[in-house]
Amino acid sequence: MRALAWHGRHDVRVDTVDDPEILNPRDCIIKVTSTAICGSDLHLYDGYIPTMKAGDILGHEFMGEVVETGPKSTLQKGQRVVVPFTIACGSCYHCGKHQYSACDNGNPADNQDIGMELYGQPMSGLFGYSHLTGGYAGGQAEYVRVPFSDVGPIVIPDGVDDDTVLFLSDILPTGWMAAENADIEPGDTVAVWGCGPVGLFAVQSAFLMGAARVIAIDHFPKRLELAKKFGAETINYEESAVYEALMTMTGGIGPDAVIDSVGLEAHGFFVDNVIDQIKKSTFLGTDRIHSIRQAIVACRKGGRVSMPAVYGGIVDKFPLGAFMEKGLTLKTGQTHVQHYMPALLNAIMEGKIDTTFLISHRMDLEDAPKGYKMFHDDQNEVTKIVLKPGFN
Amino acid sequence: MSDDPIVHGDDAPPSSWKKGDAPDAMGIGDTKGDSIVGRTVTINRPVGEVFAYFRDFTNLPTFMENVVSIEVLDEARSHWVVKAPAGRTVEWDARITDEAQDRFIAWTSEPGADVANSGRVDFQDAGARGTVVTATILYDPPGGIVGKIVAKMFQREPAIQARRDLRRFKQLMETGEIATSAYTARQLEEETN
Repeated sequence: MRALAWHGRHDVRVDTVDDPEILNPRDCIIKVTSTAICGSDLHLYDGYIPTMKAGDILGHEFMGEVVETGPKSTLQKGQRVVVPFTIACGSCYHCGKHQYSACDNGNPADNQDIGMELYGQPMSGLFGYSHLTGGYAGGQAEYVRVPFSDVGPIVIPDGVDDDTVLFLSDILPTGWMAAENADIEPGDTVAVWGCGPVGLFAVQSAFLMGAARVIAIDHFPKRLELAKKFGAETINYEESAVYEALMTMTGGIGPDAVIDSVGLEAHGFFVDNVIDQIKKSTFLGTDRIHSIRQAIVACRKGGRVSMPAVYGGIVDKFPLGAFMEKGLTLKTGQTHVQHYMPALLNAIMEGKIDTTFLISHRMDLEDAPKGYKMFHDDQNEVTKIVLKPGFN
Repeated sequence: MSDDPIVHGDDAPPSSWKKGDAPDAMGIGDTKGDSIVGRTVTINRPVGEVFAYFRDFTNLPTFMENVVSIEVLDEARSHWVVKAPAGRTVEWDARITDEAQDRFIAWTSEPGADVANSGRVDFQDAGARGTVVTATILYDPPGGIVGKIVAKMFQREPAIQARRDLRRFKQLMETGEIATSAYTARQLEEETN
């Protein structure tokens, strides 16, 4: 089959590799019909995530048709499914609590050592996202082996377009969980850093959960335009000072809840961010975290901080004093995708949530390297690239 | 386990002790070996089921990656063939020194073992959480400390293997299979060899 493989920093190629096979009883194989490039794929592209190996197949947002099933899969050939990016067994203690991304068994035993060393306990496996999360081959390919196919993939009714449901795989549940983690109360003002797909879905979700106002912060005019369409007020941090703007817009109180959907590669030419950059290039620190810092300082006393953004390592200059003194609550984590999929599929079918507005480009899987470069170089014009094998 | 009042006033398990004579405190009885490995995992299945699967030693090679074969000789004795660094294997006869159904199994190697070892596996009913399984192993690394470092380089070191084996045991008991990120049968074979 053809698949998009990582070969190094800013080097991804479509290679011909072996077709996947059923290896465990609960596996299925799907033939991919749509797969997206995620903002977090750019972290891999830029070489920020450790434990990548040349030849690793990328992609964790994908859907397709079931073409083969193991004896314990509950799926049937021909069914169309969206696959969650988190690989969860459905049988362990954490899955029982619907904390699917904390699954004990989705990550192969040998790979769990790395997570144990870094984080104290290993996390679940993820598709196409380094060996830290299992080393699973991802979905930017013609075919994918999907483990635990009896608990992960959700079946899509006939006649529903790929583009309307593809984002159930990651970014829609991630945006929804981000808003849920902000514990929004009716009438709240919520500030969202980063108007990438997760931020934009968090904006929509926050309104659905009863927020009176959502303030969206970014520096890409096109992305702020999209946030505005969903009813958000906007701050462009290249034109305005974010803290001052937020304090004035909230009557000197600060937002009730803040959501950081920027993460690892926070842009912004602030002094602390430049220091982060220098430390990063000298291996003194792994994560650049301007947005979470600003969010904590802006958040009102007793408010809530939600952090869907991806962080991988250890940071310094985290405003722990402000966090403690103001009595904030922080919730975060990789998304428990399996928990949110059914309700969000219903919301899509009922027309309550639109996801297609995001897609700026559709291209053939063969053009994926071009897609990565475009997405990396121009995040104003490119909001989401969907790859479709055989599109040309 | 708390009969070491001079050094240990805490409740920490012997495998985590920084000082004191841990092997003596572990209740293995007939101890063989100095290097100690203690690993614990919680398995979301009833203790009866977990114990029964483990007690049938012919099941163990399914999740113990380095174990080539186990031949059950009689109720108490079994013959083990285990992978060692550089494509070699080591062998020994193990004898169960004590056991209690659904609670623990203790063993020691018989004279003439390539690697002298002893240990115990404890099974503790953890109610709604399932079963807590603790493996405590004492062994004499072949080639002493150098041998231990070599084994570690080849990831054939018992401390690494015990942790991974317990995870595979948990995966098998909880999900009915052992997770792999391979996507072809050939890759899977390369991984497990």
